[in-house]
Amino acid sequence: MSDNKGVMIVAEVVEGKLNPIAAELLGCGRKLADDLGQELSAVILGSGVSGLAQEAISQGADKVYVVDDALLKDYQTDSYLSVMDKVVKEAMPQIVLMGQTSMGRDLAPRLAFRLETAAALDCIALEIDPDSKRLLQTKPVYGGNAQAIYTSDIDPQIATVRPKVMSPLVPDSSKKGEVITIDAGLDASAIRTSVLETVLEEVVGIKLEDAPVVVSGGRGMGGPEGFEQLAVLAKMLKGAVGCTRPVCDSGWMPDTQQVGLTGKIVTPDFYIAVALSGSSQHMAGCSSSKTIVAINKDPEANIFKEAQYGVVGDWKKVIPAFTEKVKELLG
Amino acid sequence: MNMIVCCKQVIDPEAPPASFRVDAGANKVLPPQGVPPVISPFDEQAVEAALRIKDAQGGKITALTMGNNLLRDVVKKPLSMGADELVLLEDAAFEDGDGWANAYALAEAIKKIGEYDIIFCGRQAADWDSGQVGSGIAEILGLPSVTLAKKVDVADGKARVERVIPDGYEVVEVSLPALITVSNELGEARYPTIKGIMAAKRKEPTVWKPADIGVDASKIGANGRRGKLVKLFQPVKEGHCEIIEGDTPEEAAVGLAMKLREVKVF
Repeated sequence: MSDNKGVMIVAEVVEGKLNPIAAELLGCGRKLADDLGQELSAVILGSGVSGLAQEAISQGADKVYVVDDALLKDYQTDSYLSVMDKVVKEAMPQIVLMGQTSMGRDLAPRLAFRLETAAALDCIALEIDPDSKRLLQTKPVYGGNAQAIYTSDIDPQIATVRPKVMSPLVPDSSKKGEVITIDAGLDASAIRTSVLETVLEEVVGIKLEDAPVVVSGGRGMGGPEGFEQLAVLAKMLKGAVGCTRPVCDSGWMPDTQQVGLTGKIVTPDFYIAVALSGSSQHMAGCSSSKTIVAINKDPEANIFKEAQYGVVGDWKKVIPAFTEKVKELLG
Repeated sequence: MNMIVCCKQVIDPEAPPASFRVDAGANKVLPPQGVPPVISPFDEQAVEAALRIKDAQGGKITALTMGNNLLRDVVKKPLSMGADELVLLEDAAFEDGDGWANAYALAEAIKKIGEYDIIFCGRQAADWDSGQVGSGIAEILGLPSVTLAKKVDVADGKARVERVIPDGYEVVEVSLPALITVSNELGEARYPTIKGIMAAKRKEPTVWKPADIGVDASKIGANGRRGKLVKLFQPVKEGHCEIIEGDTPEEAAVGLAMKLREVKVF
């Protein structure tokens, strides 16, 4: 055990704003820091980001480390790794948390290897062991079929946290905190990658991860045509259409609409699962939905163990009648 | 173009969920009866990424698998898909490692293989979903890494990688040698051909023990873990589903809509 102290979260910046995961990490980090009787700090990395420090303080941070450098404009492994290595060695936290985002899942393991410590990715629960005062990290394994609780004796303990699992605090804009600026100290020639282009898929209607209602189809839809019917239902309910991984692998829907362990995590009020079996991999992306409704012709399908309401039947018969009735009820 | 692909033998993730059992005392998953293990699907897609480069411009692909009691029919799949060589790190001492221990042993084996332009890994293994070994190998070997690739092209000593991000992808250029992890968006891995299966049957893998790659026994397998597994368990599902019945599927559908309206789901 070392002299490391405090909980540090990495507040990710997307298009000049804090990513919503930052507030969730601050909410979770605050609780852990209080349990340890230690400080909560946030690290903000990017270009032109110093104005975001107060927001992190309002959301729970005692201290904010800001590293503002033009070379940090895009996330790149080499640059962010070098800076985080420097910040952690200066601040010496006991715990470092990041979001399970494209940045976190790339940066966290590499940082752990550089610091010769252990990381646990995609955690859904974090707590301090009352006896050892070590961080207990719970994460789904085996595609969500089981969960594992990890810990480590080496500081800092590093974890990434699944989005939409932790609750943010109510922001307090009067809260005061310390802002520390750290020089990135980057050498452009040591960055061995460059981002040539960012290609964003056009999203028609509401974004999947923001939608209050999601209508998802699986392999049982049989082809891309059926998804047009799901889109009609989704639009009527002001929702979005999602799908399972096999649907994307078959090219019936764009990759961006995949719900699951390796796709989007969604937490809508209403999730309609159509012609999908409810594999652990898929449920990892939607099991926190408030109400899950299953439509599947196989009464033994796992989805009926996950859903609160269901109809056993062929979607080709069920969906048109259901859509018609929903339309009438919404009148 | 020399490519190395790390491939892990895992319990088949497509095995029925009902067959999934945990031995709580040992903190281990019991292999399901009658369901043979497979190469982790993301690793198969990593083989596919390498094969596409080989198809386009030629090259040599070495598959690298670590474990104990590896089933030859399973671990030879990359050969039957079109890989050229297979190296196995096979010994009880390699078992039960975490990301750190596994990346260390694999990195040492890669040093011994020697020549490489690209090392491919799957984005995460289908068993522990740790998602760390690729980045770990890159860090140990001092290589640049690009994770979550959906497309990889090589030209002029550089790789151009389409890296998956939530709303699309970014095009990242990386100098070689480099480590690249592959995501499912790459698309399905090819099926082995009969010719490939026959060739794989005749091919003997190179088998290395810890001493062959000069690794310190305290740093591999269970001895080399930095993270401790405290507990492994299956989450309990309360699972009560109200099935809406009807004389026809259409009638059940109408009943479902009315029920959901009644309980104010929409």
